Amino acid sequence: MDDRTHRATHRIQGRSAAPGIALGPLVRLGPAKHEVRQYRSAAEEHQALVDALATSQLDLGVLARDAGDADAEAILSFQIALLEDDNLAAPAFALIAGGELANEAWSAAIDPEIAAYDAADDPYFRARASDLRDLRDRVLRHLAGETDQSVPAGVIVAADDMPPSTFLATDWRDGGLVLRRGSPSSHVAILARSRGVPMIVGVDVDHLENGTEALLDGNAGLLIVNPDGDMRASFCQRRAEQSEVRQAVASFSGPALTAAGELVRVMINVTGLAELRDIDPAHVDGIGLMRTEFLFQGRKKLPTEEEQYQIYKRMLEWAAGRPVTIRTLDAGGDKPIAGLTQPGDMNPFLGVRGVRLSLRHLDVFRAQLRALARAAVAGNLKVMIPMVTVPEELDRCRALFEQAVEELRREGREVQMPPLGMMVEVPAAALTIEDFNAEFFSIGSNDLIQYVAAASRDEPQLADLARPSRAVFGLIGHVVNYANRSGRETSLCGDLAGDPEQVAALLDQGLRIFSVAPAALGAVRAAIARYSGSAA
Amino acid sequence: MRGKVMNKLRASVLMRHEVGLHARPSVKLTKLAKGFESRIDLGLSPDGPWIDAKSIVKVMATKAPKDSTIYFRAEGADAKAALEALVTLVDGDFQDGR
Repeated sequence: MDDRTHRATHRIQGRSAAPGIALGPLVRLGPAKHEVRQYRSAAEEHQALVDALATSQLDLGVLARDAGDADAEAILSFQIALLEDDNLAAPAFALIAGGELANEAWSAAIDPEIAAYDAADDPYFRARASDLRDLRDRVLRHLAGETDQSVPAGVIVAADDMPPSTFLATDWRDGGLVLRRGSPSSHVAILARSRGVPMIVGVDVDHLENGTEALLDGNAGLLIVNPDGDMRASFCQRRAEQSEVRQAVASFSGPALTAAGELVRVMINVTGLAELRDIDPAHVDGIGLMRTEFLFQGRKKLPTEEEQYQIYKRMLEWAAGRPVTIRTLDAGGDKPIAGLTQPGDMNPFLGVRGVRLSLRHLDVFRAQLRALARAAVAGNLKVMIPMVTVPEELDRCRALFEQAVEELRREGREVQMPPLGMMVEVPAAALTIEDFNAEFFSIGSNDLIQYVAAASRDEPQLADLARPSRAVFGLIGHVVNYANRSGRETSLCGDLAGDPEQVAALLDQGLRIFSVAPAALGAVRAAIARYSGSAA
Repeated sequence: MRGKVMNKLRASVLMRHEVGLHARPSVKLTKLAKGFESRIDLGLSPDGPWIDAKSIVKVMATKAPKDSTIYFRAEGADAKAALEALVTLVDGDFQDGR
């Protein structure tokens, strides 16, 4: 720990999951250590476990109260219910009566439960294993006399994995996150991007030492342990630039203009109402992508038409007349939804996902279309369909939408048919874009890139292939060109739009609508302002 | 029907909940059951095996999928009200607020 100036600098390459930079001491979050406990008596061990369970219950109660987030709340209320159930700890108390240490007894009682969930066929049940692990470790920490693993602001947290509930309970100001597991498309990565927390994944965190100074570069996917003086200096400079850009954005409420004075619209990507709380609608040109799959995840009960309607309506009200583009459920691929997506899909990214899934679950799809048709009267709604491959898919969606509108009218409801557009993320659709009866296009660059390169963006060894290539820009240019000629709008809502280094290349292709994570607004606006015209 | 004991009432209901008896439905079901003083058992067949409907550990362990029929039996002073409430919860797709 001490004399850290003599430690050698070393670089660890991971994968970028959320951009930004952070400098601070490493805090390693790990499973609780339980070998420190000394046996006293059966009565004391019994009491120790009773106390640890009670304290854990208190912690979770506080976390649930402050969560303010449906995903987090669902996870926490499940953990609380487990703790309230005497059946969970009963085997542990029996072992304690037989002379076992409280921590050993607790692990012995809960590990088989975890193993049973781990072995489940249903991915939803398997995912519950991590809730139980979380609960096990929380109780073990209390037994070991540790307080909650809350981390101070301004540190770089390193862990195997992190549940969204922990992410949401952490103060990330000036901090960053390094994970072994997870991927750039995981839940936590999406939260990190939307909240501006630098994050990388795919790092062997075992060799990281608590308290060691480290520099996290979320853009480069790099962790530098014991950075030298030059690196620190360059960090300070970059951070100063970042905060300048942020301040410029905070005071900025007009349209985004290129250096040549051309208007570019910059919208935001969101997953729910919670993210809109901190954003002034006057600072953005609307919502370019609302990912509705997050309404379906975590809660384990598909949202009803009414619930969806209320959320969509509130978004439109927030936007106050600005366009709000809501994407119909894009489940499947890396976003499984319990009871809906196909478990054990051999190749989920090439499987039943997006519109393919919606057209196979018409009851779920109809409920969403009805909610959208009702919400459309509340503002400037646009609806887009994900993963469209052939024109017939979009035609079917349009017919279903019209049916839903007709049905609602007959029920005497006030409804409207919003403009219907499509995501362009399958190369086949991009190549034959003229054939689609879409009122607007939105390019989903994340999937487009991996489909064009036939390389997974979650495979670190293929990072050089799964990137924006000339082939990708060619397809983007083709779509934008056709859209402009035919009087349609095209936006780009993938991570590519939020990368300031790619902004000029996208503007070169004629793209004039960007939709980015709220945290990327500043950098993208700054890059647009620097653009003075095609370099060609 | 076997095991007819005084005041042991039975009921069953088809669960159409999309994801089956998963965490959120289980939390709601056990919370509701705990509000009654009667002993309440839950099973996936009319003959059991029966588990304690007030235990989320056991309810989750049934891993009951969509379209399972849930059987309840209850014994106690408020058994009738308990069964009515549980059937309403399951039949109503667990939508009792939160």
